[in-house]
Amino acid sequence: MATSAPVHAHAAPQGFIRKYVFSLDHKIIGLQYYFLALVAVFVGMFLSLLMRIHLIWPTAVLPLVGEIKPETYLSLLTMHGTIMVFFVLTTAPQSGFGNYFLPIQIGAPDMAFPVLNMLSFWTTFVAFVILVSAFFVSGGAPLHGWTGYAPLSALQNAGPGQQLGADLWITSIAIFCVASLMGALNFITTTLDLRCKGMTMMRMPLTCWAWFVTAILGLLAFGVLLSAGILLLLDRNLGTSFYVPLVVVNGQVMRHRGGSPLLWQHLFWFFGHPEVYIAILPGMGVTSQLLSTFSRKPIFGYKAMVYAIMGIGILGFVVWGHHMFMSGMSPYSAFAFSIMTMLIGVPSAIKTFNWLGTIHNGRVRFYTPMLFAIGFVSLFVSGGLSGPFLAQPVLDIPLHDTYFVVGHFHLIMGVAAIFGIFAGTYYWFPKMFGRMMNESLGRVHFVITLIGTYAIFMPMHYLGMAGQTRRYSQFTEVQYMTHLIPLQTFMTYAAFITIAAQLIFLFNLFWSMFKGEKASDNPWHATTLEWTTTTPPPHDNFGGHTPAVYHGPYEYSVPGAAKDYLMQNDPAGVAAH
Amino acid sequence: MASFSPTVPVSVPATGHGGGSVPPSYGGGGGGSGDGYPDYGRRLRRARLGLAVALAPILMFFVSLVSAYIVRKGLPTFDEKTNTYVREWNSVELPLALLLVNTGLLAASSISAEFARRQITRQAALAPVRSIPGVSLGNEAGVPWLYVTVLLGAGFLVGQWLAWQELAARGFYLATNAGSSFVYLMTAAHGIHLAGGALVLLYAAVVSLFHKPIEARRIVVDVTAWYWHFMFLLWVGIFGFLWFMR
Repeated sequence: MATSAPVHAHAAPQGFIRKYVFSLDHKIIGLQYYFLALVAVFVGMFLSLLMRIHLIWPTAVLPLVGEIKPETYLSLLTMHGTIMVFFVLTTAPQSGFGNYFLPIQIGAPDMAFPVLNMLSFWTTFVAFVILVSAFFVSGGAPLHGWTGYAPLSALQNAGPGQQLGADLWITSIAIFCVASLMGALNFITTTLDLRCKGMTMMRMPLTCWAWFVTAILGLLAFGVLLSAGILLLLDRNLGTSFYVPLVVVNGQVMRHRGGSPLLWQHLFWFFGHPEVYIAILPGMGVTSQLLSTFSRKPIFGYKAMVYAIMGIGILGFVVWGHHMFMSGMSPYSAFAFSIMTMLIGVPSAIKTFNWLGTIHNGRVRFYTPMLFAIGFVSLFVSGGLSGPFLAQPVLDIPLHDTYFVVGHFHLIMGVAAIFGIFAGTYYWFPKMFGRMMNESLGRVHFVITLIGTYAIFMPMHYLGMAGQTRRYSQFTEVQYMTHLIPLQTFMTYAAFITIAAQLIFLFNLFWSMFKGEKASDNPWHATTLEWTTTTPPPHDNFGGHTPAVYHGPYEYSVPGAAKDYLMQNDPAGVAAH
Repeated sequence: MASFSPTVPVSVPATGHGGGSVPPSYGGGGGGSGDGYPDYGRRLRRARLGLAVALAPILMFFVSLVSAYIVRKGLPTFDEKTNTYVREWNSVELPLALLLVNTGLLAASSISAEFARRQITRQAALAPVRSIPGVSLGNEAGVPWLYVTVLLGAGFLVGQWLAWQELAARGFYLATNAGSSFVYLMTAAHGIHLAGGALVLLYAAVVSLFHKPIEARRIVVDVTAWYWHFMFLLWVGIFGFLWFMR
């Protein structure tokens, strides 16, 4: 490359501890986050399987686990939600892939603050260990759901898991907040300050835009959750009354008075709604990247995509009230929140139509990453369409405490984000490990997962409309729900099959690391900077040089070019201008 | 040859970075060992940017406490005894005189932090001249502003502790009522943030005993001084809020 400039490469560390454990290298830290999320997702999935088993065989005694009592079911519910939202959906797409690929895609040798980066991973790790430890303390894990509504969450004697288990839960979340804030700080500074020569903001790949906006959301949201968690800890342990009104538990008057349970809901959802976008935006970025690459076409409407990401980010902060229509809020507030919520449909539709426009008339290559990216769009549309229903108070009130909402958010925020992670894994695996993942296994994994996901979550919408309440551990004895048992049974079997299919993925992941076909530097013929460097990338990403960028990230099928793609650092075409 | 996005000759890069015109990143992230000397100017800008970003969640943290305060004060809750909605709020008698003295101490430490920042900036600028053999700029030691700042900051923290004692003497403990809970919580949260800044300043003062390059120390002092100013303004905001909204 004619115009690359030398950098002061910091020496690669020697020794296992400095290289792989307390590493300062963003690539290793990204992988650490990824594997933490991988462990977490299997724990979370196992918990969900236990719930599904309990729902249709409520009296079954399981090996190792024993009988699932109603309170155990609520613990499973709480821990499944918390682990999945924080340690999978927030951790893998943003901290995992973002750490690994943001610096490379913008042509930087590392993150802006490597030590802080290491700290944020290990803080996240500690938070995860504390959370899981809640299972093993007396009383067990908390019952209050991942949303931790007060006063249930704020009283020590409100239930079996509400003693030490709930304290551990809050502590874990608080530590996770600090870790996420450190991560977000690093992402934003890196994006603003470390872009290489020629990499303007509007030439960044949409993945980088997604990580950047996600980091801003995290920066503004996690501080609020942190303060909410501290107030909760004080209420629980030091007798304050932020959230707890005068209540009577088991015939005993508590010493709290005057607190407002709604205050917790406001603070929690002010964080909680942006959190939904923290989970999904990186998946949108990956999808945009992949649809363009595998359709061999520039992304349709790059600028519109960027503005849509920003629009979703901004609107995400003013819609938290739609989680609280049930709380008896003023109809005027509900109306405002409802309108703002439905407005999110606009940038979401822009993104969806741009994705379709990108595939349209493209020379689509259906490799596994592309299949998962298309699956993402499918799930995003299916899950998104029920959004406008729930955005209206008059429909939300009957549907809110039913399976309809469970189906909605699992499709759009849960599984769609997971598909984004899968797409990213299959796409970047060759760059991360130097080998290709097995394509046949990938396709089998995709087909079973897509069909299985729909088989699990689509029926939930019908259950919800039939009035089946969520969070109830047992419904088989309830007369008006007995006709729903076959559907629930079907969903449990679908869950078994879908979870089994994830073992295919796990096998493929580890088998391919050692036995997969050797990958070239740019196996997908993609244009962004991570594909210009060697596989796997050297310690300073570009082997002692900083790249220079001449083009936008989606130069596919450029008229008159020798190849059907133009790498971002390819100076070709410059002379013509 | 055509392409979809305008191509720009790299000799005239249209970088248009957010946050000002930052030159291309040749410096590398941190470390900076190797044959060349580290680009301290660039590292300073990056550290300042990092600080500016870091102040956002700190501000959000306190904003959420402030809004929790307003909601908690204004929202009536259901009282099971009387079956009515009641507002439960009692004002806290803040020790105003003591808090005003504390505010004065923190203001003084903020000014002192600014002197420390300018002092080390000047020292860093003169360091190359000073390193020329035979060149003497005289004794430039002057006032040890770093230590003065930390001392004044410690004075503020002690003052806050005394204010807590005074509150307790007046019968206001953490769980007495929601108002006192917020007073303790917000002052404690601010105190912890300030103590963190003081530790960093102490670190910068202590490493001067070792052979750490003055430019590296300058970055620490510069960023922490800005943080310190922010902590002062934050305190004024918290104090004013707690007083006028009591």
